[in-house]
Amino acid sequence: MIHSPPNAMTKNLLLEARHLVKTYKTIKAVDDVSFAIPEGICFGLLGPNGAGKTTAIEMMEGILSATSGEVYYKGAPRTREFNEEIGIQFQHTALLAFLTVRETLKTFQKLYRKTADIDSLLATCNLLDIQNQYNDKISGGQRQRLLLALALVNRPVLLFLDEPSTGLDPQARRNLWDIVLNIKSQGKTIILTTHYMEEAQLLCDEVAIMDYGRIIARGRVPDLIGEYCGKDSAGQPCPEANLETVFIKLTGRQLRE
Amino acid sequence: MRFNRFRAMFVARNLEFFRDRAAFGWNFLFPFLIVAGFAIVFGGKSFSEYKAGVFPVETPGIIRQRVDIPEGFQSSKYVEFVGVPSLEAGLLMLRQHKIDLLIQQGAAPYPYWTNTSSPKGYVLERLLIASLQPEDAEKRLSRRVIQGKEVRYIDWLFPGILGMNMMFSALWGVGYVVVRYRKNGVLKRLKATPLTAMEYLSAQMLSRIFLLMFTLIIVWAGCDILLSFEVAGSYFDLFVVFFLGCLSLTAMGLVLASRGTSEEFTSGVLNFISWPMMFLSGVWFSIEGAPQWVKWIAATFPLTHLLTAVRKIMNDGAGLTDVMPEIVILSAMTAVCLVLGAALFSWNE
Repeated sequence: MIHSPPNAMTKNLLLEARHLVKTYKTIKAVDDVSFAIPEGICFGLLGPNGAGKTTAIEMMEGILSATSGEVYYKGAPRTREFNEEIGIQFQHTALLAFLTVRETLKTFQKLYRKTADIDSLLATCNLLDIQNQYNDKISGGQRQRLLLALALVNRPVLLFLDEPSTGLDPQARRNLWDIVLNIKSQGKTIILTTHYMEEAQLLCDEVAIMDYGRIIARGRVPDLIGEYCGKDSAGQPCPEANLETVFIKLTGRQLRE
Repeated sequence: MRFNRFRAMFVARNLEFFRDRAAFGWNFLFPFLIVAGFAIVFGGKSFSEYKAGVFPVETPGIIRQRVDIPEGFQSSKYVEFVGVPSLEAGLLMLRQHKIDLLIQQGAAPYPYWTNTSSPKGYVLERLLIASLQPEDAEKRLSRRVIQGKEVRYIDWLFPGILGMNMMFSALWGVGYVVVRYRKNGVLKRLKATPLTAMEYLSAQMLSRIFLLMFTLIIVWAGCDILLSFEVAGSYFDLFVVFFLGCLSLTAMGLVLASRGTSEEFTSGVLNFISWPMMFLSGVWFSIEGAPQWVKWIAATFPLTHLLTAVRKIMNDGAGLTDVMPEIVILSAMTAVCLVLGAALFSWNE
C-alpha cells in the first residue's frame, strides 16, 4: 500500500518509495515500505531505535541497495543526476582529515556542477568564526552545522537529514532548528529522521512512524494527534496530547535496545 | 570522469599527507635512518661474515691484539675474532651459534671445535684448514680478478631500502587509509556525491604516487650528499622504473583496499603480504640459490621486479631496453591490480 497524504495529489511528487524491503541474512530491517513525498514539504520519519528509519532513508538516498522495491525521483528511476540534486547529512560520518572547515566545504563544492557560495553557506550555518579551524577540532554543535552546510553545498532540491540534532545541547539544537526552518522557508524538500518528537512537531509538515521495519502511521502532526489521542468537545485535539503521546501510544513503552 | 572532482580528491589527500607532520616526517626519516645506519656499519670497512671464538682470552669481546693461532687464519679477511674466557663459555656460544668456530690459542696442534649444524662453521673450518696448507698448494690454482669498479654494499642495498619504503608507503598509504575511510564513513559520505569510484581511486592512487616520488627524490638527494652513490646507468631510466614500481605497488594497495571495514584485518593482510615481500624480493639479500618454489613466490611480487630493474640500472649501467622484461611484468601487474581493484571496490561494504 502506498501511504500518500491528502495533499500529495495537489503537489508534484518528488520522491516515491515503492515496496522497499531490506533484509540482512534473516533480519528484515525494512519490510515493504511505500510512501510518496511531495515537493516542498518537510517529511519526518520517526521510530524507536532499530525501527528501520536509517536503513529506509539510506535506500532512498541510494547509499544502500534495496533487497527489493524501487525508488522514483521526479517520477522516474534515479539516475546519476540524482546525486547532483540531493544533499545528505548522515547520522555518523567522518570527514577528510587535516582540512579546515572552509577547505572541507570547498572540496565538496568541487564535486558538484551547481554549487552554493561558500561565504553565504558559512554565514547561513553560523560557521564563519570557525572557518579556518580543522574539521576535527570543532565542537559537536559546530560539527553538525558543518555537516548540514556540506549537505547544502550543491543547493540541493532534496535534503536528507538523518538525526541531525542527536547529541546536541538544547542551545545548539535550537540553533540547528532555526537553520533548518530557514532552509525550509526557501521551499526545499526535506526528509528528516529524528528521535525528538518536539523537533518533528516543530519542523515537519508530515510524519511517518515506523516500527519493526514497517510504517504504522502517517499524516500531518495535528491529524495524527487527533486520530490517536482523541479530541475535546470542540473537536480539537486534547491540549495535553502531543506527537510524543502518539508515538508512545503506537510503539509502546518497551525498551528496544 | 570529471577533472574537477578528481583534482579535489587529489588535493585533499595531498594536504592530509603534508599536514600530518608525524607521518610526513617519518616517511623521510625512516629510509634515511636505515641507509645512514648501514652506511655507518658497513661504510668503508670490511664486512665480517664469520666469527671465530679464541680461548682462553681474559677480556671477552672482539679481540684486536695478536693471539697465538695460525697466522694464515688470523690474517683472513671477513673473519672476526672474539675473545672467550674458557672452553665451557666457548662451547656454549658455539652451541647457540653466537660464534661459528672455537679455537684454543697456544702452540700447534691447535684444538678447535665446530658445530656440525652450522653452515658458516663448515666454511670457517675449511678456511682454517686451508690457512695451514703449504704455500705451494696455491700453484695448482690460477687466480683471475674482475676488472672495473666495485659495487659497494650500500650501493647495492640503497635501491632495496627505497623500494621497501615505497612498498610500505604504497600498501599502507592506500590500502589501510581507504579501509579506515570506509570504516569511519568518509567513503559513504563521498558516495552520496556525484564522485565516481574511478575518480576517487585514481585520485588516491596518483596522490600516493606523487608523494612517493617526491619522497624518493628527497631521500635520494639527502642520502647522496652523505654517501655519494654510484649510478652506472641513467637517472631518467631509474626514475621511469621507480615510477612504474610505484604504480604497481599502489595498484596492489587498491586491491587490498577494495573491500572490508576492519582495520585490524587489513593490518593482518598487509603484514601477510609486505613481510614476505620484504624478505623475498631481495631488499636485504639476494635469493639466488634459494629453492625454486621460493623464487616463484618472489616472482609474484612487484617489488622483486622493481629492485631487479633498479639494480641493473644503478649497479650494472643497464638501459630501459635491458630491463624491458621487468617493465613488461610491472606494467602487467599494474593492469591486473587496477582491473581487480576497480571491479571489487565498494564504498561502504
